[in-house]
Amino acid sequence: MSQAAIIAVSFAYLAVLFAIAYWADRRADAGRSVINRSSIYALSLAVYCTTWTYYGSVGRAAISGIGFLPIYLGPTLMMGLCWFVMLKMLRIAKAHRLTSIADFVAARYGKSQLLGGLVTVIAVLGVVPYIALQLKAVSGSLNILLHYPEIVVPTRAAALSAAPWHVDSALYVALTLAVFTILFGTRHLDASERHEGMVAAIAFESLVKLLAFTAVGLFVSFGIYDGIGDIFARARLEPDLAQLLGAGGAGGSASGWAALTFVSMMSVLLLPRQFQIAIVENVGENHLRRALWMFPLYLLAINIFVLPIALGGLLVFGNSVDADTFVLTLPMAHHQQGLALLVFIGGLSAATGMVIVETIALSTMVCNDLVMPLALRLPWLGLNQRADLSWLLLLIRRCAIVIIVLLGYAYFRLAGEAYALVAIGLISFAAVAQFAPVIFGGLYWKGGTRHGALAGLSAGFLVWAYTLVLPSFAKSGWLSRDFLEQGAFGIGLLKPQQLFGLTGLDEIAHCLFWSMLANVGAYLAVSLARAPDAREAGQALLFVDAHRLAQVPGRAPFWRGRAEIEQLAPLLNRFLGRERAQAALESYARRKGVAAVEELPADAELVAYAENLLAGALGSASARLMMASVVEEEPLGLEEVLNILDEAHQVRAYSHELEQRSQELSLATQELRAANLRLQELDRLKDDFISTVSHELRTPLTSIRAFSEMLREDPKIDLVDRRKFLGIIVAETQRLTRLIDQVLDLAKIESGNAEWRADQLDLREVVQAATEATAQLFKERRIALDLQLPQRPAPVVADRDRLIQVMMNLLSNAAKFCAGDEGRVVVSVREDDAAGVVSVADNGPGIERGDQAVIFEKFRQGGDSTTGKPHGTGLGLPISRQIIEHFGGQLHVDSAPESGRRGADFWFSLPLKAASVN
Amino acid sequence: MNRQRLTGSRLAAIFLLGSVLLNYPLLSLIDSQADVLGVPALYAYVFAAWGGLIALMVAVIERRGG
Repeated sequence: MSQAAIIAVSFAYLAVLFAIAYWADRRADAGRSVINRSSIYALSLAVYCTTWTYYGSVGRAAISGIGFLPIYLGPTLMMGLCWFVMLKMLRIAKAHRLTSIADFVAARYGKSQLLGGLVTVIAVLGVVPYIALQLKAVSGSLNILLHYPEIVVPTRAAALSAAPWHVDSALYVALTLAVFTILFGTRHLDASERHEGMVAAIAFESLVKLLAFTAVGLFVSFGIYDGIGDIFARARLEPDLAQLLGAGGAGGSASGWAALTFVSMMSVLLLPRQFQIAIVENVGENHLRRALWMFPLYLLAINIFVLPIALGGLLVFGNSVDADTFVLTLPMAHHQQGLALLVFIGGLSAATGMVIVETIALSTMVCNDLVMPLALRLPWLGLNQRADLSWLLLLIRRCAIVIIVLLGYAYFRLAGEAYALVAIGLISFAAVAQFAPVIFGGLYWKGGTRHGALAGLSAGFLVWAYTLVLPSFAKSGWLSRDFLEQGAFGIGLLKPQQLFGLTGLDEIAHCLFWSMLANVGAYLAVSLARAPDAREAGQALLFVDAHRLAQVPGRAPFWRGRAEIEQLAPLLNRFLGRERAQAALESYARRKGVAAVEELPADAELVAYAENLLAGALGSASARLMMASVVEEEPLGLEEVLNILDEAHQVRAYSHELEQRSQELSLATQELRAANLRLQELDRLKDDFISTVSHELRTPLTSIRAFSEMLREDPKIDLVDRRKFLGIIVAETQRLTRLIDQVLDLAKIESGNAEWRADQLDLREVVQAATEATAQLFKERRIALDLQLPQRPAPVVADRDRLIQVMMNLLSNAAKFCAGDEGRVVVSVREDDAAGVVSVADNGPGIERGDQAVIFEKFRQGGDSTTGKPHGTGLGLPISRQIIEHFGGQLHVDSAPESGRRGADFWFSLPLKAASVN
Repeated sequence: MNRQRLTGSRLAAIFLLGSVLLNYPLLSLIDSQADVLGVPALYAYVFAAWGGLIALMVAVIERRGG
């Protein structure tokens, strides 16, 4: 394969990427974003898989079996936590226009420029080995491919670095990537630092590398061997390979496994490029949802064939070929020219994706958090006088990209050859893990301070450099090996990879233990040494309570400031460019309902808006500095910040109280509704009562009137009839009177206005008196009355007249319903369980069981109302029952005519009370 | 909001489950000599557990009605 052909294909591939990016940008401008879907978001997250995954995993697997896997299991696990963590970071970054991890940290700890700078330095230096890894992989694969079909593989120790730099393909790869990135990512300045075209291209690259790797996997498994099972079966026969299949390999140590899982968990969120893609380039929060499982699925898919390829390579080449190149050399060994080219393109896509996003993210950090803050402080640069500075921002970023890539190249020349791909990448992962305490601490703990963050980061970074980076130089011979073997200054305790004599951990776990100890320790200790100041406390609140604060509308910024629009507009023009600044201000004015930009009120909200805009272009710390230069600002004291916090608390308290009130209200409504229902029922009862009473009154009135009229119209009625008529009239009038008396009586009792006396009575005496009073009635109807009284007195407390009334009612009822001559009524008094029981039993027709309840209701009488004439008012029993119940007793009837027993037994009981007890 | 929190808590539980399943000492329990359908047991276990976790996440995230 000719060199020209390979290079032509590579550039053709890069051109395709450009076309995709261009197309996506055009679509975005037209408002039809291609990346506005969760599958694209998930694919772009797969920028996590670089040449490390593509070439390096196989190399790692060839040494340690499944030891390559924690790097992908960690992110899978992390996705489970991302629902909380990443969503919060996403909301904060969007609300404050944070465009990089440095910006994020700086903003959290009081918009500190120093902190932003430190994070930038750590990120750049930490990621440099990672970029070197891409260069090494691409230039290595290019060199191998150039010798096709011969497999000329420089073994790891080969002195490729001895070649003069100007014939080193890695340098040209590096420069190409840098130029490509510049063209790709810094064509224009975007306030939100979003690059739709780039994201689309990255998603495409993720597909390419997955397809290419899967193609190799299928070829090795089914083209060279007889399926995956065949590879494993053959590997089992080789003792060297068989041990890779168990948990015994180098990846088999529990601490190493846990360490790799941990660093990869951190890296998938905190690597500059992951932050860029996951947070900055995120189009909508809802995409996160589905990406949480799609991204792990991608990782699973791209790892399935890693071990088969590694074992297949080892079976073919043994140790004669660097395992990091198996993906390429296996197809070459079987003269698959097309597949080999596809593999190279896949590797290229893995590398370009990483380098583009990583360097763009880093260049933004370098520009916003390192160079601009310094440049703005240098008066002799005259930056404050320039009208438009957006060109300068672009220039700084472009230079930063070139420098970062060249740093990667330098590291590759210095230390790259001593390590396998994965080992280089892990150095970067360990560096990025240093951000974890300040970020996660900052997200969930309000006590972290700027000094604490500075101390933690510095300590962690220094330990990282001492335990991982310096040894990498020593191993490649650039530093004396004595440093590694004897320790710094010959002090054994300071051996960089056995610090203080700690052994038994692999170098990553060793570095992580010491650096995290230093990092977290310093962060906590220094943070706790003093209380956060006003700005720190304010920012801490905005970050930690981000979810809740988002629900409190119109929160005030944590400082007061005024600036006229005439001062703000030029500032925005300088950094955003006139057009974009104008457009942003106009949209703000529209939102505020103001006709023109010039009429915007010069208040703190406008200043906050302008600062937010600037933060997008400059980073939050620099934006703060620039605003301070034009805004007359009184910084808030701690007390005032606390007041604002209090207000937020109060708003929450009010809303809580409001909620409570509304709950109480709905409860009260329910009660009222029930009461209303009850009232309606009572109203209906009253209507029924009135209509029944009127009906009852009408019956006697009608007969009185009829007989009176007959007497008036016909004076010739004879005396006998006349007497009879007058007798009826008198009887009906008495009935009427009785009825009215009873209605009034009942009304009095029910309304509670009746007068009750409570006298000490003897039931026997009351019963006796009542029977004597009605004796005449019984005599008239020739009904036998039998009175059975006990020897002992039955003392009760009651109203004598009322009791007599009850007795009379019961007795007259009994008399009414007994047939004459054979009628017999038995009245008895007995004691029953501390109660005196009075029974009036007749031998009349009895009362049907169904009627027994009815007769105690008002105006209801037993029997068939159509046949029998009403025998009373229908109020006697209800009144009697009320009376008895008033004195704590009961009134019932026992009767069972259906079983053939005649008669009804009305009885009531009253509690017995001796006078002494009373 | 409650539904969101519930989903988040379920995912966090999946995280905890995965941290145990895909870590030592459970991994050391797998017999390095055994095969499952021609695939080494350890390899098969890790991928099965991994795929199972993803399936659980799909079930939790794509659950409808909220």
